[in-house]
Amino acid sequence: MIAESLYQELILEHYKHPQGRGLREPYDAEVHHVNPTCGDEVTMRVKLGDGGKVQDVSYDGQGCSISQAAASVLHELATGTTVEDSLAVVDEFTRLMQGRGQVEPDEDVLGDAVAFAGVAKYPARVKCALLAWMAYKDAVVRSSS
Amino acid sequence: MTDSVFDVERIRKDFPILSRELPGGRPLVYLDSGNSSQKPAHVINTMRDHLEQHYSNVGRALHVLGSESTEAYEGARDAVAAFIGAPGRDEVVFTKNASEALNLVAYAFGNPVGTDERFRLGPGDEIVISEMEHHSNIVPWQLLAQRTGATLRWFPVTDEGRLDLSGLDELVTERTKIVSIVHQSNVLGTVNPVADVLARARRVGALMMLDASQSVPHRPVDVAALGVDFVAFTGHKMVGPSGIGVLWGRRELLEAMPPFLGGGEMIEAVWMDHSTFAPVPHKFEAGTPPIVEAIGLGAAVEYLTGVGMEQIRRHEHDLTVYGLEALAEVPGMRIIGPATAEERGGTLSFTIPGIHPHDVGQILDDRFGIAVRVGHHCARPLHLRFGIPATTRASFYLYNTTDEIDALVRGLHHVQKVFG
Repeated sequence: MIAESLYQELILEHYKHPQGRGLREPYDAEVHHVNPTCGDEVTMRVKLGDGGKVQDVSYDGQGCSISQAAASVLHELATGTTVEDSLAVVDEFTRLMQGRGQVEPDEDVLGDAVAFAGVAKYPARVKCALLAWMAYKDAVVRSSS
Repeated sequence: MTDSVFDVERIRKDFPILSRELPGGRPLVYLDSGNSSQKPAHVINTMRDHLEQHYSNVGRALHVLGSESTEAYEGARDAVAAFIGAPGRDEVVFTKNASEALNLVAYAFGNPVGTDERFRLGPGDEIVISEMEHHSNIVPWQLLAQRTGATLRWFPVTDEGRLDLSGLDELVTERTKIVSIVHQSNVLGTVNPVADVLARARRVGALMMLDASQSVPHRPVDVAALGVDFVAFTGHKMVGPSGIGVLWGRRELLEAMPPFLGGGEMIEAVWMDHSTFAPVPHKFEAGTPPIVEAIGLGAAVEYLTGVGMEQIRRHEHDLTVYGLEALAEVPGMRIIGPATAEERGGTLSFTIPGIHPHDVGQILDDRFGIAVRVGHHCARPLHLRFGIPATTRASFYLYNTTDEIDALVRGLHHVQKVFG
């Protein structure tokens, strides 16, 4: 039923086996974001390398499967890519999440993050999915400045 | 009706929403009455009838509608006063909700407009609350302490979810001006031992207030028998509408308190540089009140009285006993609150290892149409005390059944399968 479209296998996999979890050194910036309505939280560190490379995205946090899986997927998508490319993914992900289920996701840009498409139909959960991604955007801005 | 056997199926027919279907043909299993209750046809019809036939402003219009509306509004005050055993109808102040009632009392303390010694508050004075309070019985007192320099203190909570009275005499002292605690916890279900705390408050000359938002809807509450000074509760949790709450206070205290909000209706006479105020309760009811909502609350207490509050209490007690036993079957289940139904209401908050309450609530809703509340239920300090960010909460009311509890348990087994 509806829940099955929200809890995609890929999301549950990332929740049960988070990728790249744990805060690591070195880093350029660390941010802490919370979702006051549900208490979900994430701490995120970003280390940038030469040529606009994203060298590492490390994180820790607590919360629901959506928020924690979103952080794990973000880690996979952003690490090793460039700041520019990763922010393009963040923008597309944000557009999808805020689209109330009406937006057709660009799978080429989103990769695994497309699994979160179902979340957009649940306004109360959109913030969960966006938590880590907004934290990443914030951390990148702080890293570059 | 009160002497008949409690027939939950007949009760359910009084609540139109309980027979609706959710998208996908799921029946509704509403286990979120601690958050807000559903409304019986009697309340809905009374409010509609008033809007269709009698509506006008209250207290100031001289025409037929004005007088009918005023009569219905004041009739609701009579009904509420009788329902809670208030010694006088003028002791019932209509507010927007329980939060406003609590704020109203907090605002009376340390207010230079007031002159009564009992409400004087400053550095060295103390306010006592508890760790199991809803934010609405924490934040107004924090703000008061900040305004006045008074100190905020609180009762701890035991591991079992009871008020820890072991330090009562050290906590409530001659420095205490007011003790404000919850009557029945909105998370733990715990019913607090009011008499023990009150006895100490009286010995040291402190006033005492109860947040009764979760007790007045669920059990007979007699404010005179309780013996406290102030009681706050809200309409929407007791089959009435939202937008209407109640402050009950001892008349002599209400008269000694300064006004809260200023405006129309709360005055006696106004000059450009000062005003005199209306007698209680109107002194505390500035502006056009929630007229239809108050009348709806009047209908709600009529309905609850018809069913019988003692009958409701017993039904919910049975559900609580059943629910505590049924939930224990779920692997890893941790109930936050007393493990037995003694001095405990039908509010079951719990955690399941490895699964966040938001995921529990989402799957229960999506898959089974079971409405529960997830999160910290506006009691974040209590969750911090138990070292958890959130719980899932099932809360029962007069229209809930053991079948619905069975559905919840089946739902939780499914949730565990999804995350297994």
